[in-house]
Amino acid sequence: MAVSINKLILAVVTLNHDLVSGGGAPVFLAEDQAELDRISTYLSRITGGVTHDLENGVYIVVRH
Amino acid sequence: MEKYTAATSLGIAFGVITRYLVLRSDYRQYPGYPHGYITHLSLGLIAAVLGALAIPALAEKEFTAVTFLSLAATQFRDVREMERKTLAGLDLTNLVSRGPDYIEDISRIFEARNYLVMLIALLVGGVAYYTHYAIALVSGGLALIGARYLMHGRVVGQVAQVRPGKVHFEGPNLFVEDIHMMNLAREEVRQQVKKRGLGVILEPFDDDARAILGNSGQRMAIAHDASVQLGIYKDVDTAEFTPLLRRDLDTGRVAMIILPLEMDLECLLLAITRVPVLESAINRPLKSRAGYRAAD
Repeated sequence: MAVSINKLILAVVTLNHDLVSGGGAPVFLAEDQAELDRISTYLSRITGGVTHDLENGVYIVVRH
Repeated sequence: MEKYTAATSLGIAFGVITRYLVLRSDYRQYPGYPHGYITHLSLGLIAAVLGALAIPALAEKEFTAVTFLSLAATQFRDVREMERKTLAGLDLTNLVSRGPDYIEDISRIFEARNYLVMLIALLVGGVAYYTHYAIALVSGGLALIGARYLMHGRVVGQVAQVRPGKVHFEGPNLFVEDIHMMNLAREEVRQQVKKRGLGVILEPFDDDARAILGNSGQRMAIAHDASVQLGIYKDVDTAEFTPLLRRDLDTGRVAMIILPLEMDLECLLLAITRVPVLESAINRPLKSRAGYRAAD
């Protein structure tokens, strides 16, 4: 069986940099909603993760 | 000489027929390849030969022959190991995985079927040796029918009411009726789920059924079978479209969301009702005193 880490935040995409700090996942800053959607789409497609909305302008891409 | 020929050949014939009958490519979609059939038919033949020879050998006071049966048991344990390894390996590349519980269940069945073959061959061989071959034919037929009947486990439709559930979003959160499934951020994904997603609610009939549906291996099996039978709208890079089954903690109900290629709700409900209840998922809290009392 392949071993992989589940429930891992692969990336954080945000409209507001003040809402995120530190942590192990790379943070991507988006200019507007459209860019937020685009970046998170790319990231989830590339990493095979799922994008979740924290409902404060921060999206996280998580591997399940 | 006559007696041996009838006993062994009838025993072997019935054994192999049994193996063939239980080897149909069924809801498990496995085995799906001629080579798989050959492997299992040959193992079935070996089991049948061992079973059929046992009684005539004993009757001739060839007691060492019995030790061969124990040898066979070791052989067939390997069958289980082989199936488990193969299926677990293949599961890594499945879009919707079977899950370890389902794999264990299938391999256990493959092992057990060889013992079944051996027992039927033993029975038919014994009857043919001591009585008439016509009686052996009849008893073999009865054993075949009995085996098919007894080897049928329960299915999900027997432990739970399976009915459609309404799929809706509250903000980014996806619900099937009042059960929260997951949080989906991307609008494009939400649109697809709205368009293609089918929701199903499984309501357990009693506490035993609630425990069965609570088992996450059982839920993986349901997701796998449904997605295999109706096709799945998903690829390796769209994890959002993985079918999900979530449990309502208050009632033990389970909700399912799936994006099938064939968006036919009737067929989806049928597929789910016919998913086997996994042996490893079976719990019987109602059989215990505490569980029974707590159930009201």
